[in-house]
Amino acid sequence: MTAFLLKRLLIGLATLLVASMVVFGVMEVLPGDPALLMLGMNASPDALEALRQQMGLNDPVVIRYLHWIGGLAMGDFGRSYTYSSPVIELIGERAAVSLPLALMSLALSTLIAIPVGLYAASRRGRLPDTLAMGTAQIGVAIPNFWFALLLIYVFAVWLRLVPAGGFPGWGAGIWPGIKSLILPAVALALPQAAILARVTRSALLEVLGEDYIRTARAKGMPRRTVLWRHALRNAMIPVLTILGLQFAFLLAGTIIIENVFYLPGLGRLIFQAITQRDLIVVEGVVMLLVATVVVVNLLVDLAYAVVDPRLRVRT
Amino acid sequence: MKTWSSILAAAAIALASSTAAYAARTDIVVGLPLEPPHLDPTAGAAAAIDEVGYANIFQGLTRIGSKGEVLPDLAESWTISEDGKVYTFKLRTGVKFHDGSEFNADDVKFSLDRARAENSTNAQKALFAQIDTVEVVDPATVKVTLKQPQGAFLYNMGWGDAVIVAPESAETNKDKPVGTGPFKFVNWAKGSSITIEKNADYWGEPVYLDKAEFRIIPDAAAAVPALLSGDVQAFANVGLGDALAQVESDPRFKVVIGSTEGETILSTNNKKPPFDNLKVRQAIAHALNREEIIKGASSGLGTPIGSHFSPGNAAYVDLTGTYPHDVAKAKELMKEAGLEGGFKATLKMPPPAYARDGGQIIASQLKEIGIELELIPVEWADWLKQVFTDKDYDLTIISHVEPNDIGIYARKDYYFQYDNPAFDKVMAELDVTADEAKRNELYGQAQKILADDAVNGFLFQLPKIGVWDAKIEGMWENTPTPAFDLTKVKWVD
Repeated sequence: MTAFLLKRLLIGLATLLVASMVVFGVMEVLPGDPALLMLGMNASPDALEALRQQMGLNDPVVIRYLHWIGGLAMGDFGRSYTYSSPVIELIGERAAVSLPLALMSLALSTLIAIPVGLYAASRRGRLPDTLAMGTAQIGVAIPNFWFALLLIYVFAVWLRLVPAGGFPGWGAGIWPGIKSLILPAVALALPQAAILARVTRSALLEVLGEDYIRTARAKGMPRRTVLWRHALRNAMIPVLTILGLQFAFLLAGTIIIENVFYLPGLGRLIFQAITQRDLIVVEGVVMLLVATVVVVNLLVDLAYAVVDPRLRVRT
Repeated sequence: MKTWSSILAAAAIALASSTAAYAARTDIVVGLPLEPPHLDPTAGAAAAIDEVGYANIFQGLTRIGSKGEVLPDLAESWTISEDGKVYTFKLRTGVKFHDGSEFNADDVKFSLDRARAENSTNAQKALFAQIDTVEVVDPATVKVTLKQPQGAFLYNMGWGDAVIVAPESAETNKDKPVGTGPFKFVNWAKGSSITIEKNADYWGEPVYLDKAEFRIIPDAAAAVPALLSGDVQAFANVGLGDALAQVESDPRFKVVIGSTEGETILSTNNKKPPFDNLKVRQAIAHALNREEIIKGASSGLGTPIGSHFSPGNAAYVDLTGTYPHDVAKAKELMKEAGLEGGFKATLKMPPPAYARDGGQIIASQLKEIGIELELIPVEWADWLKQVFTDKDYDLTIISHVEPNDIGIYARKDYYFQYDNPAFDKVMAELDVTADEAKRNELYGQAQKILADDAVNGFLFQLPKIGVWDAKIEGMWENTPTPAFDLTKVKWVD
């Protein structure tokens, strides 16, 4: 187990290093001058030069890369060009929205998807299955921004139960914070749940066809016990894989939903940083996301080992 | 007896507090489509910085009023020497910065010197280029000497980039703006909102609002439900697209279509063949149908312009008739230019909707006279690099939002690459003219030259679409300078 963990950790570090080069390289070739963007069309050349000097944009590429990666290693993400505050602070503020939102929608989608998938699989080919999978199909097909707008019009504009958008900050209290994340979490969870339900169902069906299931049934074990104890556990591997992927997506790939609900999340931070050529912020956020994906994958691998003892031996 | 009086007292209190609750809503949430990168108007060009801070938090020697007029602000009055070179400003006394420090002539000298210093990162450094010296005469008097007379000097000092800051807080204004205005900065939740509150120690007329929040809502689709749910009560300027009609028909809201300083133009590379040929540019001008463009690119709300000047300005001259829409005439001009077979060119479109939509329409209009346009969408940073800095373009669509910026046509290195000594002469004369009537006349001449030369395709003035609760009064109808001035805003019932 220790050797396994060590190996995964090294691979993770290597991934981070390669990612840092790629990110830095891409941002380097991206046309556009952050100083010009900040000072606009009427800026005089010497004001531009002074700002470039201030932002350290005049140093050679290699020096800037080493400076940046050295800072990262020490936990220093640098300072945003545009906001002029530390990048780590910006990320922290945004993660305070994105992380709870991702967790909420992940929990919600799991709570919906697993029972639905299970139920559909156990009633394979019959009406409940057809209905559940038909609904899931619609769930996958509905664009989530449209669904989000629908939710806003019903629950915020018409019923006025929750705000139409925005985030009051956790300083305003736990409940107002959660309240403003409910609709976005639902909007994000629905398509995820639809996908997850389909994966759960098909994984279960595959397992249900196995010999050991028949054996278990043959020795007189009740249907329900077979389903929960033997089938579901074995069907968890693909479900966990999808969950891992979904979490990484939910953390920063939610820019559209963040825009519809004008939430200050990581997705919007990175989008804004790219358009304003706030390179150091883009680089910092991407690195953090890469690190998250590496960690989540590690956790998913560990979870595999928990659900399937055979994998423990293999590694 | 005692019971009665206490009941009466209780009733009186109840009555007083209920009327107070009824009459005095003193908070507002204003939607802000673009978040400012920081909050220091003296260190960035983004209009959003001024929209939040100008007149609300920061003040200059002069200020630009809602109709574009120059008003006294921190300078109570001024005198101008005979030769037009020395401005002596009499400052207001008893003014305090939000951090409690006293405002005086030293702050003025500091601010002006800082803006024009060699290492200054002021986005509009040119505003201060004519200043020779700034002297403190006494704590309430400042003498500014110019290198040569400058007619627009008082107007220039009203720009957001020329606001007065204190030496103690100048470096931290980006994050924690400290000014002299009627509102003080409270909090900025990045990506979410900026909150300001009434400044109890304000030197002038106090504001009606106790608290104002600018909430950042970048998406037009989100703006409508934000209004309808009452979360946001006002948008000083918002592109609602097709949803505008829905909001307009709702009696709870007021929709006010005003004008901005944004001249939306089909910028043309005047040095690049065949656009260096006046006949080609005239042909394009004749081929453009402003009405169609305004309908498609600005929901029919923009005001047509015939030169680079805001219709809201007193010196405006209507030149939209210089080259009326006339395809036959345009084709004839193409023939005269030896290009009856047409030619191919590119049109680079920055992200705003007016540019992307306008580009499509213009391409189809120019196709009628044989000009095949390749439409290239570019990102804003790309646009600044390729078009603005490297001048690597044929045509582009862009709104020039700086107020009163006709002077850019006299700049030789500007991306239009326009060069006409007659125009430069008018601008030079304007620089040394202080008389209002004479200035307006010169502005008229300048507009005429640009229109005749068909320097760019002059399309329309970008509209300002203000939407707010019908019970709100005092919002600006136009934006003569980028500002969401809340100093006169109040709730009425």
